[in-house]
Amino acid sequence: MSSLLSAPSALREDALRRLKREMWARAVKLGLRSWVGWRRGFTSKADPQRSGRVTAEVIEHLERLALVDFGSLEAVARLEKAIAFADRLRAVDTDGVEPMESVLEDRCLYLRSDNVVEGNCAEELLQNAHRVVEEYFVAPPGVND
Amino acid sequence: MLGRTLREVSTALKQGHITPTELCQKCLSLIKKTKFLNAYITVSEEVALKQAEESEKRYKKGHSLGDLDGIPVAVKDNFSTSSIETTCASNMLKGYVPPYNATVVQKLLDKGAVLMGKTNLDEFAMGSGSTDGVFGPVKNPWSYSKQYREKRKQKAHGENEDSNWLITGGSSGGSAAAVAAFTCFAALGSDTGGSTRNPAAHCGVVGFKPSYGLVSRHGLIPLVNSMDVPGILTRCVDDAAIVLGMLAGHDPKDSTTIQDPVKPFTLPTSADVNKLCIGIPKEYLAPELSSEVRSFWSKAANLFESEGAKVIEVSLPHTSYSIVCYHVLCTSEVASNMARFDGLEYGHRCDINVSTEAMYAATRREGFNDVVRGRILSGNFFLLKENYENYFIKAQKVRRLIANDFVNVFNSGVDVLLTPTTLSEAVPYLEFIKEDNRTRSAQDDIFTQAVNMAGFLSCLQDCQQ
Repeated sequence: MSSLLSAPSALREDALRRLKREMWARAVKLGLRSWVGWRRGFTSKADPQRSGRVTAEVIEHLERLALVDFGSLEAVARLEKAIAFADRLRAVDTDGVEPMESVLEDRCLYLRSDNVVEGNCAEELLQNAHRVVEEYFVAPPGVND
Repeated sequence: MLGRTLREVSTALKQGHITPTELCQKCLSLIKKTKFLNAYITVSEEVALKQAEESEKRYKKGHSLGDLDGIPVAVKDNFSTSSIETTCASNMLKGYVPPYNATVVQKLLDKGAVLMGKTNLDEFAMGSGSTDGVFGPVKNPWSYSKQYREKRKQKAHGENEDSNWLITGGSSGGSAAAVAAFTCFAALGSDTGGSTRNPAAHCGVVGFKPSYGLVSRHGLIPLVNSMDVPGILTRCVDDAAIVLGMLAGHDPKDSTTIQDPVKPFTLPTSADVNKLCIGIPKEYLAPELSSEVRSFWSKAANLFESEGAKVIEVSLPHTSYSIVCYHVLCTSEVASNMARFDGLEYGHRCDINVSTEAMYAATRREGFNDVVRGRILSGNFFLLKENYENYFIKAQKVRRLIANDFVNVFNSGVDVLLTPTTLSEAVPYLEFIKEDNRTRSAQDDIFTQAVNMAGFLSCLQDCQQ
C-alpha cells in the first residue's frame, strides 16, 4: 500500500486505473451490472436517514484505503446509517475536554529491558503462510514493479 | 458431578472421588451429546485426554498444582492456542494454527487445567448474538429446558420443536453455552462492549469482566486495543474468583497490564453488606427495559437494602451518548486492527496474483463477513483526515466525559453500581435476525459498554438463582 502512495503521480494514476479495472471486473462478475449507473446517480438520492456524505468519491477513497470493497447497495446504506448515528455526538459539549486515549493514561508505560529473550522461530512462523520461498514470504508484484 | 461448581469438583479430585481422566471423559461425552448447541468450534479431545492423564499422575503423587488441576475448561476461539486451530469464527483464519499460547491460556495450562476446546463466537467478536460466525450460530442451552418448552407449547402448536431456539447473546456465546451446558467448569471469553456479560446473562451463568490492565491481552486477537479484556465465565462467583486469581497480574508481553502486584485474595464466606453503598444509575432505567428485568433489578436492590446496605440513586449523565461514542471508537480501532489481515503471513489468501493491492482486496473480501467489512469501512471513514477531528477525537473527548461520570460517582462514596445487563431475556434466533448486527449491538450493549470505556470491572450474576 505504501508503494502506491509514494509512487510518482503518473504511476499512481496508472495504478489507480488498474485497481479500478480489477474492482469493476469483480463487480461485474458478482452480477452487479447496475452498480456503475447507480453510483453515478448516487448523490442525488434523498433519504432522511442518510447524511448524503457517502459520495462516489468517498466510496472509491474508502475502498482504496481499507482494501475492502462495499460490494453492494446495502453496504453503502449501512455506512450512511452508521455516519448518521455517529453524528449524534455533535450534541455533546466537549469544550475544554481533552481526548482520552487510554484509561491507563495516568500510569507510566512498562518498558522491559532491551535484551533478546526469545526468537529464532522463523520456521514456525513461515508455516502459517501460503506462499514462501526459503525464508521469504512471497507477495505478488506491487504497483511500482 | 458435571453440575457441581469448580471448587466442589476440585475437592472431589483432591479426595479421589473422581479422577481427572474420568472427569475429562464425562465432559467429552457431554460435548458430543450437546453438539447441536454448536458451542464448540474445535474439540481438542486428544490434547484434553493427555492433559487429564498428566493431571492424574500429579494427583497420584500428591503434587497437584492447585484448585484448577484437572479441571475441564474451554477457551473462546479468539485466544491463540498453540497447535490448536484458532479461527475467530472467520474464513480469514480458517486453518490458522498459532505457534504460541495466549498468556491467559498458558496460565490456565500451567495450573493444570484441561482444555476441552475452542468455543464459538460472532466473527472476530463483533456482535451481540453469537449468530454471525462462519460456523453458524450458537444455541442457548435454556432453549431445551423444561420451562421454555412448556412456554412454547402454550404459545404455538404444530411447530417444529427446534425452530424457535433462543440465542446465547454474544459475542462469547459459545463459552457461555459450554459452561451453562455443564461441558466445562470455566470458560474464557473476551469483553469489549459486553461480550462476556451479555451471553452470561442470557445463559444464566456468571460473567466477569476485569478492570482493563488487570489481565493480559497477549494472544487475544484484538478488536479494540483500548477496551478489550479477557472475560471469565463460570457457574458461580466463587469459581470466577478462583480463575481470576490465576489469571490476574502483570505480563511483560502486554505493556497495557498494570505493574502493581496482585495480592492473592479469597472471597468472604458470608458477605457483610452493612458498610456497602450501592448506586442505582437513573439513566439505566431505559424505556426499552423489559418489566421482568426491571422487577429483578428492583428485587436485588431491595435485598441489599434489607441486609443493611445503603442503596441510593446516582447519575451517569452521559450514558445516552455512550453507545454512539463506543460505535465510533470501536470501528476506528477495528479498521486499524483488521489491516493486518492481508493474506501474506498467515490466514486466508486468495488466488489472485496480479498485484499486491488486488490480492489484498480479494483476500479480505473472501475472508471477512459483511459485519467485519462494514465496521472496517465505517472506521476508515471516521479516520479520514477531514473527519478525524469531528468523529474520532470527538468520541475520545466524550469517552473522557463518560469515564469521569463513573469516577465522580465512585468518589462520592458509592462502592458499587447495581444495573441490569440486558434489556430483556434471551430472544429467539428468528426474532434476533430481523435487525442487522449494528442495530442489535447498539441496542444490546446499552448497559454494558460504558464500563468498557471507563475501564472498570463488572460482574454479572443471574438473578433467578
